[in-house]
Amino acid sequence: MSEPVGTAGAVPESAETMLGLREMELNFGPQHPSTHGVLRIVLKVDGERIVSARPDVGYLHRGTEKLFETETYPMIIPHTDRLDYVAAATNNHAYVLAVEKLLGLEIPRRAQYIRVVLDEMQRISSHLLWLATAAIDLGAITPFFYTFREREVILDLFEDYCGARLTLNCMRVGGLQEELTPGWIEKLRAFTEDLGSKIDEYEDLLTENRIWKERTIGVGILNTERCIAWGVTGPPLRAAGFKWDVRRAIPYECYPELDFEIPVGKNADTYDRYLVRIAELRQSRRILLQCCDWLTANPTGEIRGKVPRVIKPPVGDAYASVESPKGELGFYLVSSGGNKPYRLRVRPPSFINLQALPEMARGHMVSDLVAIIGTIDIVLGEVDR
Amino acid sequence: MADEPKDAAAGPPAGEPAKPAEPAKPVAPAAPAATPAAAVPKPAAPPKAPMPAPVDAMGEPLVAALAAAVPGAVLGARKMVGQTTVTLAPDKLVEACRHLKDEDTFTFLVDLTAVDWKERDPRFDVVYWLHSFARGNERVRLKVGVPDGAPCPTVSGVWETANWMEREVFDLFGIPFDGHPDLRRILTWDGFQGHPLRKDFPVEGIDTGAAIYPDRYPDGGGPAPDDKNRKTVS
Repeated sequence: MSEPVGTAGAVPESAETMLGLREMELNFGPQHPSTHGVLRIVLKVDGERIVSARPDVGYLHRGTEKLFETETYPMIIPHTDRLDYVAAATNNHAYVLAVEKLLGLEIPRRAQYIRVVLDEMQRISSHLLWLATAAIDLGAITPFFYTFREREVILDLFEDYCGARLTLNCMRVGGLQEELTPGWIEKLRAFTEDLGSKIDEYEDLLTENRIWKERTIGVGILNTERCIAWGVTGPPLRAAGFKWDVRRAIPYECYPELDFEIPVGKNADTYDRYLVRIAELRQSRRILLQCCDWLTANPTGEIRGKVPRVIKPPVGDAYASVESPKGELGFYLVSSGGNKPYRLRVRPPSFINLQALPEMARGHMVSDLVAIIGTIDIVLGEVDR
Repeated sequence: MADEPKDAAAGPPAGEPAKPAEPAKPVAPAAPAATPAAAVPKPAAPPKAPMPAPVDAMGEPLVAALAAAVPGAVLGARKMVGQTTVTLAPDKLVEACRHLKDEDTFTFLVDLTAVDWKERDPRFDVVYWLHSFARGNERVRLKVGVPDGAPCPTVSGVWETANWMEREVFDLFGIPFDGHPDLRRILTWDGFQGHPLRKDFPVEGIDTGAAIYPDRYPDGGGPAPDDKNRKTVS
C-alpha cells in the first residue's frame, strides 16, 4: 500500500552497514496521497517495521502570523479561515473570542447560539471528511461517498448562510455579520434529524468490519499520560479515556446551557479514535437540535454587540481557545493599543498533535503509518501556518 | 476599516506618554529589565467604555507559593481578563517549571511562543501557558525576558511537547534554547537566513537566492524593489 517513494540518501557506509544491518532510510511524502497534504516523514525501517519516523513539516508555511501583524483586526478573519481550511468556523471563532476577551465585549445570546450552530456543523463536516479520507487510506472507498453526501448538505447550508462553502469568514468581533436566511433553521433541522440514521450507515460499513478492525485495533496507541506529555488534545486525548473537552473545561458561549456528553474511548488506539469521532458526530447532532429549538423559540434578536467602529483593544494580552475538530485551538493576542495586533499567535492543535507521531508509529509496519497519520487528523494548513 | 495609517507594529503605542507608566507598574521594582511589555499599564485618560486593565497578582496563592518555593524566580505577576501572568527570572525558569509541574500539577504545557519587543531590553519575551487538570482546569502564563542573541533555557526536559514549540520559536525568532535536544529549523527550510517573526524582518520577504521566475523577480525570492506589487511595512 505505501511503497517507498525514494531514498533520503544512501545508508552511510559504516562497519554496521557492511556487516549487513538491515535499516534503511525512506522518504514518506511530501507528495504521498496518504499524508493529507505536503507532509514528509523520514522513516527508518527495518524491513517493513518502522524503527523511527521523523516528521518534516513547513512545506505549506505562509507566514500567517507575520501577516496578522500587518492587518487590522477585522481584516484578519479571512486569514484564519485558511489555517485549518476544513474547519473555518472554529478558526474564526477562536480568533474573535481572543479579541472579544481583550475588549471585554458581551456577545448577544442569539449570536452565541448561531456561532455554536456553525461550530457544530463544522465539526460534523470536518469529522465526515476525516472519516472519508481515513477510510480511503485503508482501502475502504465506499464511506467516502456516504460521508460526502452529508457533507455536501452542510456546505450548501453554509453557502446559504454566508455565501462561502469552505472559507466561511462568518464571524465578526462582537457577534456575526449575517442573520440567518429565511427557512434556514428548518433546513438545518431536517438535515440534523436525518443525520442519526446516516451515522448508523457509516457504522454499518466500518464498526464491525473485520478489515477495518484488523487495520485499526492496537495501532498507534498513545495513552493518557503520553498524550498529556505531548500536549495532545481533541479526539486522540479522549480516545485514551481522558474526559477533557474545552467546551466543558473552559466553557465559552452558550455551551454550559447545552446538554451533551463528552465521548471517551479506553484503548487509546486508532479504532477507539474512530469510535470517539463517530460518537462526537452524534453529540454534535444533539447540540444542533437543541440550538435549533432555541433559535426557533427566539427568532429575532441582536446578532452583534456594541462594538467600537475602530477595534482597538487595550494594551495587554489575552488567550482564548475553542474545541476545534482537531483539539484545542487557541489564539494568543498581544495588543499594543493600536488597530493591529502586535503579535497574534495560533496554538495549532494539528501541529502539536503531530509531534506525537514518532512515538505512535514506532514498531509498527509501514502500512500502519498510513492509518496513524490518518487517525491524528492533521490539516497541513494549520500545521505549517 | 482602514481608519488611520498608524503602524501598530512599531512597539509601544504612539499615543502613550513617554514614561509616566512607572508608578502603576505592577511588577516588583527590583526587576527593571525583565518586565513584561514595558508599557503594560494603561495610564490616565480613561476610555469611554470600561476596558479590561491589568492588576497586580503577586498576592495570588499560586504565585505566592511559587515565590516561596523557588526564591528569586518570580519577578512580578499581573492579572488581566482573568488570566494570570507570572514573570520569571531566566536562570530560575527550569526550576520554577519543575516545581509547577511536580508540586502544583501543571502537567500540560498548552503552548509556548515568543514576542519581539524590538526596542526593549531584553528584546524578547518567551511565553508559556500551563494547564492543570487536577486544579480544576486552572491556567497560568509564564514569561521570561530574553535579550537578543542570548539563549533561553529549554523546558523540553520538563514537558516533551516543548520540543517542537521551541524549535518554532528558534526558527521564527532566532532565540536559541540552551540544552534543547534537537534545535533545528522547523517551518522554514534548513539554510534559510533570518527569522521571519522578528519585527525587523520585512513582510515582503527577503531574497533567498531561489530564482523561480527570474524575469519577473530578478533578485530571486521576493518582488524586486521597484515592483509596484511590493508591499512595504515597517
